[in-house]
Amino acid sequence: MNALIDAAPGSPRVAASSRRLRTVRVGPVSFRLNLRTASIVGLAALSLTAFAAWSVTLGSFPVPISGVVASVFGRGAEDHEFIVRTLRLPRLIAALLVGAALGMSGAIFQGLVRNPLVSPDIIGINQGATAVTVFWIVTGQPVALIPPVAFAGATFAALLVYVLSWRGGVAPSRLVLVGIGVNAVASAATTYTLVRYPIEQVGSAVAWSAGSVYASTWDDVQLLAVALLVLTPVAAALMWHLRILQFGDDTAASLGLPVEVTRLLLVLMGCGFSAIAISLAGPIGFVALMVPHVARMLAGAMTGSVLILTAILGAFLLLASDVVGQHFLPVSLPVGVVTAVVGAPYFLFLLYRANARL
Amino acid sequence: MTAETLPLTSARTSWRIAKATGLVILFSVLLLVLVLSLRIGSLGLTTDDALNALFNYNAESYEQTVVRSLRLPRTVIGLGVGAALAVSGAVVQAATRNPLAGPSILGVSSGASFAVVTAIFFLGVTTPEGYVWFAFAGATGASVLVYGVASAGRGGATPVKLALAGVIVSALLGSWSTALVLLDQETLHQVRFWNAGSLAGRPLDIFWTVLPFMAIGLVGSVLLSRQLNVMSLGEDTARALGLHTGRLRIIAGVLVILMTGAAVAAAGPIGFVGLAVPHMVRIFTGPDYRWIIAYCLFAGPILLLGADIVGRIIVRPSELQVGIITALCGAPVLIAIARRRRIADL
Repeated sequence: MNALIDAAPGSPRVAASSRRLRTVRVGPVSFRLNLRTASIVGLAALSLTAFAAWSVTLGSFPVPISGVVASVFGRGAEDHEFIVRTLRLPRLIAALLVGAALGMSGAIFQGLVRNPLVSPDIIGINQGATAVTVFWIVTGQPVALIPPVAFAGATFAALLVYVLSWRGGVAPSRLVLVGIGVNAVASAATTYTLVRYPIEQVGSAVAWSAGSVYASTWDDVQLLAVALLVLTPVAAALMWHLRILQFGDDTAASLGLPVEVTRLLLVLMGCGFSAIAISLAGPIGFVALMVPHVARMLAGAMTGSVLILTAILGAFLLLASDVVGQHFLPVSLPVGVVTAVVGAPYFLFLLYRANARL
Repeated sequence: MTAETLPLTSARTSWRIAKATGLVILFSVLLLVLVLSLRIGSLGLTTDDALNALFNYNAESYEQTVVRSLRLPRTVIGLGVGAALAVSGAVVQAATRNPLAGPSILGVSSGASFAVVTAIFFLGVTTPEGYVWFAFAGATGASVLVYGVASAGRGGATPVKLALAGVIVSALLGSWSTALVLLDQETLHQVRFWNAGSLAGRPLDIFWTVLPFMAIGLVGSVLLSRQLNVMSLGEDTARALGLHTGRLRIIAGVLVILMTGAAVAAAGPIGFVGLAVPHMVRIFTGPDYRWIIAYCLFAGPILLLGADIVGRIIVRPSELQVGIITALCGAPVLIAIARRRRIADL
């Protein structure tokens, strides 16, 4: 009963796109490049760069765009450099990287389970992190340790889901049901913590669980960047295996794919992306769910390059939401509250335009 | 040609007898749970107290007053809410053909929560009676919006579009609720208890208010179960068999909105019952929605009231909200089912 996400092989869409494929060989590495997808990726990256540069000019101390560019390359005026390099850039880059990580995490899980409603929000990873961290905050533990605690919560939840789904192999449908169960337990624990403790502590826990990139530092950015640099190439390479996996376990095995190993690797990638994002920004919902759909509607079935597009679009959504939440509302709101407000109308429009294939 | 006119093999007959027996057992368990729900609480009572309070009421007796004024309302509300949530879960799963769909897929919980948060923040409403119509209106408005968006484009309200629109609208309304809660701690204080989902502290009036909506939804779902069976064969097959699938989805949608709107208005957002109970009863019934819905009618209240009773016991003399307990009790069962069974119909 799965709704297949990708266009079926042999459909006109696939046939038409195969004419635009080019083979690229760089030393020992070779891969196929879809020119249409590549141009969409390029276009998205360009507009993201322009938008990011413009967003740095905004704030209570406006910096002209020339000042921004100069400061980034270390040739700006002193006050500009301080504002751009110390205050605004870390938050900007953290938003971009968190958005990219969330988008790719969603793409991996949706492809793995072949159900378009699956994202790390639903299968317990976000809630695992939230339950642990909310408890940590309301009991007054040190704030500095929140990122490792959140990471541990997310990883533990993911591990629990994987282990409980294992029965001589991990069937995707079982993974989802177990994930929903773990999600329910974790969110019940969170609700219990929220009604049990005094409202003063609960307020700051709820604020954390809204998800925010406020006050990100260069250390956070460094951590995110290293994690993404390690995970992204592996994930992009695995997209090929993911598409084979989508033919079904039996077909994939007969094509020579080590099914369970591939699946474990993909689960690790998906969890890694979302856990690292949660640990630094809190559980930001919606991005992982929505962005892969948008990428597929724009560029077709999920391949390595569409995964990169997903990352760019995730970064775009998160940055745009942060800009809106920070500058364009009467009160400043955390980015997690704004993501849906910014993304949902566009998604609903795409849904309205989408043909009966969906 | 109906199933009854076909010659029945002995295996099919015995399978039916087994399922009917299961239904009778479930019904007896439900009666037992109802009595227990009247008896158990911070004040322990005997079965005599409970039954006398119902059929032979003596206003002088403290025990009987407790039953009438506190235990009876939460028991009948639990009965109605449990049945409504479980049956609406089954109907949603059949109509969208997505096993991960629950009643919340139409945005009902987030719509109700959104309306209640708004009512607290802007109008200062603070009682469960005050929340009822706001919650109902929010639930209805959100699901109509979801359905409208999903059916507006080309191809109509296909299951995937419906589910996606539901998740998106939920996210949108959830953001609004979170924003208001972050701006005003007093609203957070009020709404965190409502959001946990509870049967306690509701007067019997709330039950009478929502009963008509629940009753229409439940009766309609039972009448619709045969068509839902055809629907679960898939869109194309169902059409080829002469089913008007678009119309069926609209009717199913209206029934689900009535049931879940009433449930969330009475008890707050209680997650998980609607999603998990249909999966649990499918083990015993197989894929036939006539049986699934009948089982859900009894199994839903059993799970909900059972959870409520557990919540009254484990942190005595205080109580744990039933929404927390349903998740804590139901989730391991769902996980166990997912592990034990080969889920062919996912």
